[in-house]
This record gives sequence, C-alpha cells and structure tokens, in this order.
Amino acid sequence: MANIKWTTADPKGVLTGAHYLDGNHAACEGALAAGCRFAAGYPITPSTEVVERFASRIPEVGGVFIQMEDEIASSIALQGAVWAGLKAMTVTSGPGFSLMMEHIGLAAMTETPCVFVNVQRGGPSTGTPTLPAQADMMQARWGSHGDYEIIAVSPSSPQECFDFIIDAFNLAEIYRVPVMFMMDECVGHMTEKVIIPEPEKIKVVERRWTDKKPGEYLPFEPDDDLVPNMVKAGDGYRIHVTGLTHDERGYPAATDVTVHNKLVRRLCDKIYKNAHKIWKWEEMDTDGAEIVVMSYGISARVALRGIEMARERGVKVGLLRLIVVWPLPEPRIREIADKVKAIVVPELNVRAQVAREIERVVAGRCPVIPVGHAGAGVHDPNDIYNAIMEALK
Amino acid sequence: MDRDRIEVRLAGFGGQGIIMMGYVLGKAYSIFEGGEATLTQSFGPEARGGACSAQVILSKNRILYPYVTKPDILVVMSQEAYTRYYPSLKDDGILIVEEELVRLGDLKPNQKLFKIPATRLAEEKVGRRLTLNIVMCGFLAAVTGVVSKEAMEKSVLDTVPAGTEEVNLKAFQVGYEYGKSIVG
Repeated sequence: MANIKWTTADPKGVLTGAHYLDGNHAACEGALAAGCRFAAGYPITPSTEVVERFASRIPEVGGVFIQMEDEIASSIALQGAVWAGLKAMTVTSGPGFSLMMEHIGLAAMTETPCVFVNVQRGGPSTGTPTLPAQADMMQARWGSHGDYEIIAVSPSSPQECFDFIIDAFNLAEIYRVPVMFMMDECVGHMTEKVIIPEPEKIKVVERRWTDKKPGEYLPFEPDDDLVPNMVKAGDGYRIHVTGLTHDERGYPAATDVTVHNKLVRRLCDKIYKNAHKIWKWEEMDTDGAEIVVMSYGISARVALRGIEMARERGVKVGLLRLIVVWPLPEPRIREIADKVKAIVVPELNVRAQVAREIERVVAGRCPVIPVGHAGAGVHDPNDIYNAIMEALK
Repeated sequence: MDRDRIEVRLAGFGGQGIIMMGYVLGKAYSIFEGGEATLTQSFGPEARGGACSAQVILSKNRILYPYVTKPDILVVMSQEAYTRYYPSLKDDGILIVEEELVRLGDLKPNQKLFKIPATRLAEEKVGRRLTLNIVMCGFLAAVTGVVSKEAMEKSVLDTVPAGTEEVNLKAFQVGYEYGKSIVG
C-alpha cells in the first residue's frame, strides 16, 4: 500500500472567510493552506503579488521566504527546504521559468515534491511583462533536458487559484514530482470573491515518510504506486540524493544501462500509470454536442462567450475545460472525439501547444482545430465563434 | 440599475487610483452585498502616467465571461480614456466624467451624463488631492445606485491603508453628497 496520509490544513495558514482577492494573492493563500512554509523567489511581473503576500504573511504563519539573487538560485533553494522537511514553492513568469529549467529536471530526477508557479506572460524573452499568454505549456512539460513527466495544473479564476494550488501541493507529495502551477496574467490579476473554508475542510496530503528503519530504508525503492517513500535530513538516515542516474540506494550508477532504464521508465510511468488518479477536468454540455471546445485557464472562460454566440444560432457546443493539463485525460478526449464533428482548441499561443497534443490523442477520429493567439491579450470571442461555425462545415 | 449583468469600465491614467476604485466597487458588491464581481485591469509597465483601465462586472449569478465589451457604466478621468472608451458605451449607458479633465462631445439620446470635478473636490473639500478616486466612488454610488451607500462605505474602510480611514470616509461623503445634490 502506498504510504499516503491525508490530513487537514494547519489552521495557522488558513484565512477562513470571504475575501476579494486577485488570483496571485489567492494562490499564495492556497499555498499557505496547503502547508507551504518555504518560498524562494526572484519577484517578476506578473507574478510578484504571490511572493509579496507570502513574504508578508509567512512571519505570522511561521516559515521562511527568501528573495534570492536570481531564479536559478530560487529553484534550488526550495529543493533544499523540501529535503529539510518543508513544503515549498517558487514563483515566477516566463523569463524566470526559463532559468529554472535545469532545476526542474533535478527535482524530477531526485523526486523532490515541490511546486513551481508560473504566471504566464507573453514571450519569447522578456516579451510583454504585464500582458498574458499561455505559451509556456510545452516548456512546463518538457523544458528541462532528458526524459521525465510532470504534472501541470491550470486555474481559471482566483477561487481556483486557491483551490487548485492545494491540489498541486497534494499531487507533488503523492507522486514526488515537481508540479507546475500554470496561471496566466489574466487569472493572476483578476479579482473575484474567494471563499476560504475552515481548515478542517481543507484536505492536505502529508509527506510520504517511510515506515522503515535506518539500515532497511532505500531512498529510491518504489512503493507499489511506483513512488518511493521519503525521509528528511536529520532523521538519522544515511541518504544520498543526486542528479546522476542512481540506484535504489541513491548511489550514482551513471554507466549502468539497466539501472538507468529502470529509473527513467519509472519516473515516466509513475505519472502515466497513475494518470487516471491525476486527471481533473470540467465539462459543460458535452452530451449530444456537435462541437466540443477544449481549453484551459483564461482561454476557457473567454471561449464561453464564443460558445454562447454559437448556441444562439442553434449549434450544440460543449466545453471540456482542462484543470490538470498534463497529463491529458486521453480516454475521455477520445470518447468525445468519437462522437463530435470537431474539437476546437483556443489557447494563447500560436503553435497550438496543447491542441497538437489533443490532436495526437484524437488520432484522426475528428478534426482538431486550434485557435491560436500570440498573447498580450485574450481571444476576441468572435474568433472562437467563427472557428466553431467553420468546424461545423 | 436592474440588469442581470452590469458592465462597468473605469479609465484614466496611472496614479489616479483607477484600479483601487474598481477594487472598492467590486468588493462592495461581492463581499458586502453578496453578489458576484469580477475585476480585471489593464496597465502598462509605467508606475504612473500611462493609460490605465479597470473593468468590473457585477452580477447576481456566477460570472463566466470575465471581460467588459459594452459597458453599462463608463467612468472617465482623462481625455484619452474618454476618446478611447466612449464609443463602446451602451446606447442607454451612463457616462460619469471628471469634468475638469475631459472635454465632451455629443451624447446619444438615451445615454445619461453625470459630471463631477472630483480632483478639485478632493483638494478643496477633503484636503487630500489623492483621495479623488474615493470621491469618485461616492459619486458613482450616489448617481448609479448599483451598490448601496453602506456597502460602498464598508468597502472603502476595508480597503484603504490603516490610519487613512477618516480622510477616505470624508472623501466618500463629499462625492456621495455631490452626487445626491444632482440626482436628489
């Protein structure tokens, strides 16, 4: 049995009540509710408010915020905090996310549970600091070198920034994986009512501490869900944590093909094979739909206007909104593809980063029509409406 | 205003407290009146002086599409904001202007206009020029009635920095009374 222990939120981090918050502040409150007690960051627009709030809240909650010298340092400091026993995150936007790539790979390789928040802005390079994009979705998935799988979560509202960053922390702990919390500038700077529940209603996963004694414990020996249980520095275990290919003892085995094959396959399989427990999406009127729009984050909300316009003309349009974007809910996408005339995928990137993956999953069952956008704004709902009407033909 | 979805745009330049106005309005409606309010904002990299706009959607129901397309209420505090956003105001919409900063053209027959010298009132009646946005909040509540005076007041007090409650409450009252003197 996998060693997953559910508990409830530590009341110290939970501001129960109704608040009027933007997505960035809500994400910070969600992180605190999830038990995050360490953040390191190099504040960057449009994500700054997350760490700004964290820095002001953490002294009263009990924990540490460090403004590091850059994003490279931030993305490794949080991993030190995790191996010392804390839940931790870093927060950034595109330019900083690029700098963090090497350490995302390290977190994947060392199976360090942690959360990377990326409030996406337009790029490439410094791009549009104050304006949105959803163009880091592929980078989130495979931006670091080598083979690995991560989990990416995308909220559409401030309430979801609160709710789903808790999921992000929980998934990080369950699968010992870096989880990418992929916001966008619109959701980050959108202000709405956020209801923060009582701490006993917030479900939080504890770290999967080993039951084994020093001497018996192997730090990278997987449990039956393919994920190893953990210890922290100072518990009396001798552990070795390295980015080199390592065996179950954690010792480097960088020329051992068998060890490498077993390790890398497991890093991928622990996400693939558990994907059905990770998927999360929301559907609206997909039963009997002729066209289904699939989207995520701010674009899923913008699409609602295009959908409404098409409905006014009698078209049956449904929406599948991805909340966990990676891994994709492949069986459900195929099921829908078998029944509809076409799938329309609006997202704030030109190269159809998620749409192409949906197309791969759909594998010719129906046309997949990307509605690209370079970012620095959101779609004109007319463009989504036109894509729906075109798809009907 | 008896509509299921009320779209409000507040526009001017950075430093006038435009986004805070949107925040006060949205919080008043959602937290203190129990409705739903979505505030979105657009601004450039400048700290002050650039074009700035806040958009608030007020609704009794869950707000799906979060953007303003044709505002029911448009508040403009700069000439640029007027030129840019007036054409999108609904045919029966309400236009609120900082009258000493905006030169107006003709309005459509069913549009309503409310003018206030908010900056001067903030300076002369409140004694703090930078409370002009809270003066405007009071005026907006009085002339549109989209939120109650009580909810707006609570929202102002809940939002402004500690130690500035009194001056901001005064600013709110100055704007509210100026509005009531027009609409009765």
